Amino acid sequence: MRLIPNRAWAATILFTAFAVLPFLAVALDDSYLVVIASRILCYAIAALALDLILGYGGMVSFGHAAYLGIGAYAVAILSRAGITDLGLHMLAAIAAAAVFALVTGAISLRTRGIYFIMITLAFAQMAYFFFVSLSAYGGDDGVTLNARSTLFGQTILEDDTALYYTVLVLLIGLYLLAVAITRSRFGRVLTGARENPVRMQAIGFSPFRYQLTAFIISGCMTAIAGVMLANQTSYVSPAFMNWHRSGELVVMVVFGGIGNLLGAVAGATIALLLEEWLAVLTEHWPLLFGLILVLVVLYSRDGLSGLFRGRR
Amino acid sequence: MSLLEVRNLRKSYGALKVTDDLDLSVEEGELHAIIGPNGAGKSTLIAQLSGQSGSDGGSVRFDGTEMMGRAMHRRVRAGMSRSFQITSILPGFTALENVASAVQARSGSSFRFFSPVAEESALNDQALAALDRVGIADRAFFNAGSLSHGEKRQLELAIALATRPRLLLLDEPLAGTSGAEADRLVEVMRGLKGAVTLVLIEHDMDAVFALADRISVLVYGRIIATGTPDQIRDDPQVRAAYLGEEEGT
Repeated sequence: MRLIPNRAWAATILFTAFAVLPFLAVALDDSYLVVIASRILCYAIAALALDLILGYGGMVSFGHAAYLGIGAYAVAILSRAGITDLGLHMLAAIAAAAVFALVTGAISLRTRGIYFIMITLAFAQMAYFFFVSLSAYGGDDGVTLNARSTLFGQTILEDDTALYYTVLVLLIGLYLLAVAITRSRFGRVLTGARENPVRMQAIGFSPFRYQLTAFIISGCMTAIAGVMLANQTSYVSPAFMNWHRSGELVVMVVFGGIGNLLGAVAGATIALLLEEWLAVLTEHWPLLFGLILVLVVLYSRDGLSGLFRGRR
Repeated sequence: MSLLEVRNLRKSYGALKVTDDLDLSVEEGELHAIIGPNGAGKSTLIAQLSGQSGSDGGSVRFDGTEMMGRAMHRRVRAGMSRSFQITSILPGFTALENVASAVQARSGSSFRFFSPVAEESALNDQALAALDRVGIADRAFFNAGSLSHGEKRQLELAIALATRPRLLLLDEPLAGTSGAEADRLVEVMRGLKGAVTLVLIEHDMDAVFALADRISVLVYGRIIATGTPDQIRDDPQVRAAYLGEEEGT
């Protein structure tokens, strides 16, 4: 809460840095930079979505990769049917994610703590194996997209930089939306239910309705990330919803600092950059990454964002 | 018609009857204290009345409407609020936000996602008034978790008041408070008398006999006597079951 006046500044700096990055890529003549950065931004959207329910709602979803996959398959399935418009891909992804989140959330939210974690994981695995067995779309192998989604009938997203800026605009928009939600009446009930659900009932709220709504919003945001990630990789497979991926999303949120939204964006950025850099150093990079994660969590309860705030 | 009519209320934990065919009537506007030795089932009764725990049977009618089977939040919206024996607040929220949340619950939809709730002065003004009423307005912007125990008790009462109940169930509001804080809370309760119907569970007998219009004595899940403070003081059954233990001789 203390950093909210500073958070606007931190967000401005971070998003400005992302906005000028393609110019840097041109100057360095390194087109791969934009590709990595697009991937980072997609994951940042997913981590942001997860932080909304994990950090503010106290709901540790260990199955959020399912929504990445739902978004990605929305692109694959509609594209094959001849529908290439990005807006329609988004709508289909959001609708499918909303239904999946409504059904699985309504059941998962009957549990708490470790059971909630396990039941969200179980639902995501069910989605994973559903797509593994979907042989029309390559089953385990997935499908390669012939082309990226179109925007107003134009194929401009084929350009990596255009795709990058599209994801960036989405991220900034969703970030601002998430900030507004956490400060709204709805956000207060959501946070209150995390703090003390019995107290919220005793003042007249039924936490379940608010938690389920937040769960659906988060799922839909993650599906948007999935749509963009499919476009970025031009390839869709069940690996999008693998439980490792769900774990990575949780790691990004914890890494950046739970419950401040911008931390999730920073966490996704640093986690993926570390992955890139450490992988160059050694094939055993997960070992080093794990070590760094342990140190961050040990020495800063608020993740990386805590380091910028100094000690309490 | 009484504001609260409890008939044949039952609850057992295994073979132990915690609430045993309990009858209770609370009249509109009165302060009705419920006393009884430890383990008599007082907190269980509050939990059953508020809807926090289920009941095995019986009837709880509030203002003529059956409340059995209704969840706690729906009873609160109908006008039945409670405070907790063990302080239950939102520790990460400021004192003001704690109370403003309660105001929010009864003023309009909370499915609003865009405008900042902290800037809703209608909520904040009412919350501040409730904090002022219990004497901790100067703590409005402190984190609730950082307040002293006594201040948390005051906050607890302010939250309950902010729901604007017609019936307020107070579960040992004075538990663990210092002399000055207890005096303040007793004054607040005295000020509420008449405006809000109060059911008070309390171990502080001085406070109970000073405040109550009527007292019911709960022993082993049953009400063994109901009457004015004088009647209760002189009731031989009560003296034997409860007060007798303290006076001893």
